Amino acid sequence: MTDETRSILLVGVGGQGTILASKVLSEGLVRAGYDVKMSEIHGMSQRGGSVSTHVRFGKKVYSPTISEGEADILVSFEKVEAVRWLVYLKRGGILVVNDHEIRPLSVLTGASSYPDRISEQLGEAVPNFFQLNAGDISAGLGSVKAQNIVLLGALVRCMNLDDADWKSMIEDTVPKKMYELNARAFDAGRSGW
Amino acid sequence: MTGNEAIARGAWEAGCHVATAYPGTPSSEILENISRYEEIDSEWSTNEKVALEVASGASIVGARALAAMKHVGLNVAADPLFTMSYIGARGGLVIVTADDPGLFSSQNEQDNRWYALHAKIPMFEPSDSQECKDFTIRAFDLSERFDVPVLLRVTTRICHSKGMTEIGERREVPVKPFERDRKKCVMMPAMAAVRRRLMEDREASLRDLSNDCPCNYIESGADGKIGVISSGVSYQHAKDALSGLGEPVSWLKLGLTYPLPDRLIERFASGVETVYVIEENEPYIENFVRQLGIRCTGRSLLPAAGELNAGIIRRAITGSAAAKPYSVEASPPPRPPVLCPGCSHRGIFFAMSKYRDIAVSSDIGCYTLGVLPPLEVGDATICMGSGVSAGIGFEKALNARTKSCDRADAGRADADAIKKVFGVIGDSTFFHSGITGLIDAVVNGSNMALCILDNRITAMTGHQENPGTGFTIGGDPTVRIDLKSLCTACGVKPENVRMVDPYDLDAAEKAVREAHDATELFVIITTRPCALIKDVARSRANLFCAVDSNLCVMCGMCMRIGCPAISRLDKGVRIERAMCNGCSMCAQLCPKQAISRVGEIDD
Repeated sequence: MTDETRSILLVGVGGQGTILASKVLSEGLVRAGYDVKMSEIHGMSQRGGSVSTHVRFGKKVYSPTISEGEADILVSFEKVEAVRWLVYLKRGGILVVNDHEIRPLSVLTGASSYPDRISEQLGEAVPNFFQLNAGDISAGLGSVKAQNIVLLGALVRCMNLDDADWKSMIEDTVPKKMYELNARAFDAGRSGW
Repeated sequence: MTGNEAIARGAWEAGCHVATAYPGTPSSEILENISRYEEIDSEWSTNEKVALEVASGASIVGARALAAMKHVGLNVAADPLFTMSYIGARGGLVIVTADDPGLFSSQNEQDNRWYALHAKIPMFEPSDSQECKDFTIRAFDLSERFDVPVLLRVTTRICHSKGMTEIGERREVPVKPFERDRKKCVMMPAMAAVRRRLMEDREASLRDLSNDCPCNYIESGADGKIGVISSGVSYQHAKDALSGLGEPVSWLKLGLTYPLPDRLIERFASGVETVYVIEENEPYIENFVRQLGIRCTGRSLLPAAGELNAGIIRRAITGSAAAKPYSVEASPPPRPPVLCPGCSHRGIFFAMSKYRDIAVSSDIGCYTLGVLPPLEVGDATICMGSGVSAGIGFEKALNARTKSCDRADAGRADADAIKKVFGVIGDSTFFHSGITGLIDAVVNGSNMALCILDNRITAMTGHQENPGTGFTIGGDPTVRIDLKSLCTACGVKPENVRMVDPYDLDAAEKAVREAHDATELFVIITTRPCALIKDVARSRANLFCAVDSNLCVMCGMCMRIGCPAISRLDKGVRIERAMCNGCSMCAQLCPKQAISRVGEIDD
């Protein structure tokens, strides 16, 4: 366990389950003995807009938010959101991107366009770049609904956060009948890509 | 716990008896959490003024009471706030104001710390969830001890950040027996004038308290070159920003920020070479420090608008920035919040979007999103209730313009461009402060058309009950206020009220046409609940619309309603099944009947 405060930024589109994933994450870190702060945005920004959850942990955490260039890891649940929030990633930090596109209304109506070659550009710019298709992985386990937990597994692997009991954390957070799916989704995210 | 959960816990531990609120981001979860404690009588009030008055009444009689609201809500409640400062608090009275620096979910960015100064009531500013809980308890005690309402001022990043919080048990505080004290509680001029002078004495005692209060303290030896004065979440950002600084920084952390501790600030400043005041938005503390004749730096280095973070403070104070971040060539398209798939507001907005000769006064809620392309309905949004009353003003100005053009016989074409004023308001917002506007419209002869978009919930803030839902905050059934009867009771002619299912585009268009052509005040009330209400979502879970690509001619008609579930592909149109709830508005627009609804409603 390090004393230094580390910063995790989870971003995506309202409705993708970032808040549930960060809830499991922050509670797990608390149980592992860290001081943890988590900050999220509610209200208007949730209605299909771009959303972010900041999680910071260490021996003693002050600010609940992450500044530009200071995230140790950026986990993006959607591709173009990785581009939008990239400026928050620290030099040498880890970028995990879900290979999934959600087109904003401005793109659907033709007012703007969804950029091409996002993965390639991110891969060229960021040395520690990882991409996985959490939706396909989750669907392969029976339902697309656990893609947030697949991404949580990937995050745990990238950050070497093995000092928490993630399975019991998931058990305590998701509805009982969803536990099996989510536990397998977590394992798949942690090892299977 | 989040800050909001911690405030709720603090109120419970402090023995609070009555709690009231009108929902508003970022404050809404305070009452949602308090309502789970059965010892506290909780309610969603009709608006913030009502909330504070209910809490004030409870306090006057002798109960501990809390009223919670967002920053703009305190504007609505400012009337009772200022006079309750005269009356004082027999039972502890705590008012929570949740400000929104950075405007995540608000129409403005206002720093409500000025309210404490203006109303002369003490104010606490917690910096984390633990302090949210602890300061709430302190606020109740202070309120009773000094016979004064207390403001608890939090911000979005305090309300919606989770941190470790140590909890305690509830301390039962008996409700005091009713004691009639008209000189103290009936604020007619002569009695109020007496109270006014007593407030100045109270202020002096509170200032003494602030100097000795454990919430205001100095950290580390005062021998550092740099001294930082800060409060609230800014203190946390500043701690991170300056932690790496080689020089020993001294801190004056302020938790009780009205009255500000003059002697403590003077003592702190005399022990350091340079004083920085780090605060978000307004130079509230800095102005006071300057009034004491102390040289300090703050606002000149930090931005006045928007949220602070550690990076901004570090750059401002030390001039050093994080290493240049990674960048890519691609630029992300904007992703603003949008009306949800299946949103019941869409149909009426689509019908209104066809008229180019209307001016629309909109309001605060999900329907504000109707302003965005492609629907683009709404020409002004000020505050709750203005959807009605600003519309009355629109019409008066347009009439005055027509008259002046008649006299000048010039610019007729311009005056003719707008033929009708529409107002848009939601159900909860209408109860909040739209009714008064409607009465004004009736009495003063407005001929506007008002659309009350009743989706049977307070949607934007996360689905709270309101007077139109038929349930209390605790989920108990109660009287459901009928909007149509209310409008006719206000004086709208029954023949000028239309009830419309907004999923039925023909019906929506017919009603909007009637409203547009009406020569008297006209009201449209929609009847379709929010698609996200759990029972609604469950019953429509297996419903969706599908496109027959053999029939689709890619005319783009279905795209005109701005539904995020519909996207144009290279060949044809796709409707995202997981997002669609089968509202079928797109199908009604398709000239080739290429879209059909699949599945059944499951009641």
